[in-house]
Amino acid sequence: MVKQLSWKVGGQQGEGIDSTGEIFSTALNRLGYHLYGYRHFSSRIKGGHSNTKIRISIRPIRAVSDDLDVLVAFDQETIDLNAHELHSGGVILADAKFKPNLPEGVTARLFSVPFTKIAQGVGLAQMKNMVAVGASSAILGLPLQSFQGVIEEKFARKGQQVVDKNMQAIQEGADYIHAETGGPLEGLQLEPSDGKKRLYMIGNDAIALGAIAAGARLMAAYPITPSSEIMEYLIKRLSSFGGTVVQTEDEIAAISMVLGANYGGVRALTASAGPGLSLMTEAIGLSGMTETPAVIVDTQRGGPSTGLPTKQEQSDLNAMVYSTHGEIPKIVIAPSTAEECFYDTIQAFNLADKYQCPVIILSDLALSLGKQTVEPLDYDRIEIDRGKLITDSEGLKELENSELFKRYERTEDGISPRVQPGVKNGLHHVTGVEHDETGRPSENAVNRKKMVEKRLRKLAQGIDFKDPIYLDDRHEEPDLLIVGINSTRGVIQEGLERLEKEGMKVNHLHLRQLLPFPTEAVRPHVEKASKVIVVENNATGQLTDMIKLHVGMGEKIFHVGKYDGNPFLPSEVYNQCKELLVHGHV
Amino acid sequence: MATFKEFRNKVKPNWCPGCGDFSVLAAMQRAFANQGLEPEDVVLVSGIGCSGRISGYLNSYGFHGIHGRALPIAQGLKLANRDLTVVAAGGDGDGFAIGMSHTIHAIRRNVDLTYIVMDNQVYGLTKGQTSPRSEMGFKTKSTPKGSIESSIAPLEMALTAGAGFVAQGFSSDLKQLTRLIEAGLTHKGFSLINVFSPCVTYNKINTYDWFKENLVNLDKEEGYNPSNRMMAMQKLMESDGLVTGLIYQNKERKSYEELIPGFDETPLAKQDLRLDRSAFEELVAEFA
Repeated sequence: MVKQLSWKVGGQQGEGIDSTGEIFSTALNRLGYHLYGYRHFSSRIKGGHSNTKIRISIRPIRAVSDDLDVLVAFDQETIDLNAHELHSGGVILADAKFKPNLPEGVTARLFSVPFTKIAQGVGLAQMKNMVAVGASSAILGLPLQSFQGVIEEKFARKGQQVVDKNMQAIQEGADYIHAETGGPLEGLQLEPSDGKKRLYMIGNDAIALGAIAAGARLMAAYPITPSSEIMEYLIKRLSSFGGTVVQTEDEIAAISMVLGANYGGVRALTASAGPGLSLMTEAIGLSGMTETPAVIVDTQRGGPSTGLPTKQEQSDLNAMVYSTHGEIPKIVIAPSTAEECFYDTIQAFNLADKYQCPVIILSDLALSLGKQTVEPLDYDRIEIDRGKLITDSEGLKELENSELFKRYERTEDGISPRVQPGVKNGLHHVTGVEHDETGRPSENAVNRKKMVEKRLRKLAQGIDFKDPIYLDDRHEEPDLLIVGINSTRGVIQEGLERLEKEGMKVNHLHLRQLLPFPTEAVRPHVEKASKVIVVENNATGQLTDMIKLHVGMGEKIFHVGKYDGNPFLPSEVYNQCKELLVHGHV
Repeated sequence: MATFKEFRNKVKPNWCPGCGDFSVLAAMQRAFANQGLEPEDVVLVSGIGCSGRISGYLNSYGFHGIHGRALPIAQGLKLANRDLTVVAAGGDGDGFAIGMSHTIHAIRRNVDLTYIVMDNQVYGLTKGQTSPRSEMGFKTKSTPKGSIESSIAPLEMALTAGAGFVAQGFSSDLKQLTRLIEAGLTHKGFSLINVFSPCVTYNKINTYDWFKENLVNLDKEEGYNPSNRMMAMQKLMESDGLVTGLIYQNKERKSYEELIPGFDETPLAKQDLRLDRSAFEELVAEFA
């Protein structure tokens, strides 16, 4: 029996690959296994090879694996493109219909299973997906009744007969394998799981759910890969809470609407990817200048320009930290798991209200779309803090003679009281032009200097963000510190474990706050490590440079980059780190 | 109830003496007072340019944003708090050049707000360049030999985009302009009011006298029916857009807010943000 394995299903895009993976993984999640699912897809609707790879384990995992145990293939292309990942004990379950054959050099075992034929016998050729699910379960030794609930939920509205037929397809797929093998395959049978109830979700769902929990009631966005799931989720759910999603004409309208709504007193957000964030840049400056809260999600993908729309990259770091002309206070946070996506989104809204500035939630494609196991989300951890927002006129001084409320009062912490429009005695002016304490335009040099300092003072002492870094701090004097951001959390963890097995002492730090840079939190861990490797999905070492800039000690900080559109594999992290430790260079 | 004077503040506008925008400001102040509004009920969201400064000259809440984006800001604000009277204002550069796409989509979307364009057919604050409203041949710093691009016809465009309220005023006729703004404020949905607001410094062609000579007042036109879209379009085309008055109004069309499923009468900004535990558990169950 094994503690973990990888299963992949592939075929033509639009052929039901996603739903096959969906049903298989939902059942596994309910059985209590830890999962990590990653979709390989193209920027097209139908056709083209598509696959979903699911890692199944009895303990937490958050990375795709180097190799593969089971490949379910609906066409020969799937075998040709993916069979090289299979290790020698792996198997291919392929539809007999296309007369599958093994490519040269592949030693995995091929089962030609009549997926389509069995499905047709049950009643409908499309149910070949269910036959494949049943066959897979038989190989892994999974109880078939675990699919009953999943199938019922998925097909309930189509009637009991459809439910029964799908279950029958699963059963017959399993029976076929049993007849061939006599039971689960040695080396592919999964150890039983702990049976604990957990969630299985993509980062984008967690961000969207976090936004609702934080009290966001308006989203304005323009569809773009890989962020659209956030708006799709909120379109589905927000109306039950009185809110709504506006699909705008472009990203400039989206961010501008978000500013209008936040100014109006509602928590509002937008989400996009690099191209959209580029368009939003001017309005993000307006948010900073007018001290209007805004929460903006950037799900990074391959850049620049249109780049690689459906591929993984982490190359927006500099843009998110440095873009916008002029100097504004801005916060950039970067969750690294789906669970953090949820809690950090709630915090993002609190930070935006508290510091009255733009807050960017930085994600990446692998985190936003990769599906992972999440421990049950805790209702009691949801806190809402609106900061110095004033929603009624109680306690406000009577305004006389067209006098204005001091919306931009120069306070000690730089944060001013913020009245939402509609409130009597709160009248003030808001402008992107430099202004005085009431918001009236002013070019006065003394005022200018004071207002710049007031705005920057808000973040100068650091921010109230709970966990600026994630830390796996095993050693007091590590040979190596590996640093990452966003989705590389799991892959670094696995690379680290392999290095540790060989006797190397390795710590792991993941940046969760990028701006203001948490220098004090990071420095001691860089200091005590002999060497530091920053693993990031880009070519120029954007995070590496930020660490060198803020923390110093650049002579022992090295960059390991990957920018071919794919997430890192555990072996890549392991090999590159070992190279550095053994040979002194990457 | 506030008088129009209570919508005045003590800021001296930086508009040139004689600028048409003074009348637009005065008409707004009168319209708000006539409608029984208080200064805190009104938010004026403005763009960038001479006209964009208007939000600083009105005693109400005001948001002076970035060039061309007054409309999306105003729409977000209105959706946040539907109790507010939201008015967006800007120049012809703001609405028909950099912000053109927002203008068309605001018309399509039909959020209940009033958009006043101060149309002077030239760029003033940047000291005299051509505008998308400048006539062919119009000579400016940026078109020394005359503009070689055709002028946009904003009202015809608005009609084709499905506008429910289209009107045009002229700075010299304060009474009519006030009435048009009031009609816009009471219209349920998006109202576009284009105002010929002459630039006395940089536009020596489209002057007060020129407009007085060329404008046709629809209020005085017998048989003109502003609920007839075809008639509205024909009138605009016949007159090359040189008309004032209520050009078209469709009172049947529902506003965006009215069409959002489950959108509450209570403004979002006044609702309780907290989820109750059972609602949260229900949301989470989807991922189990």
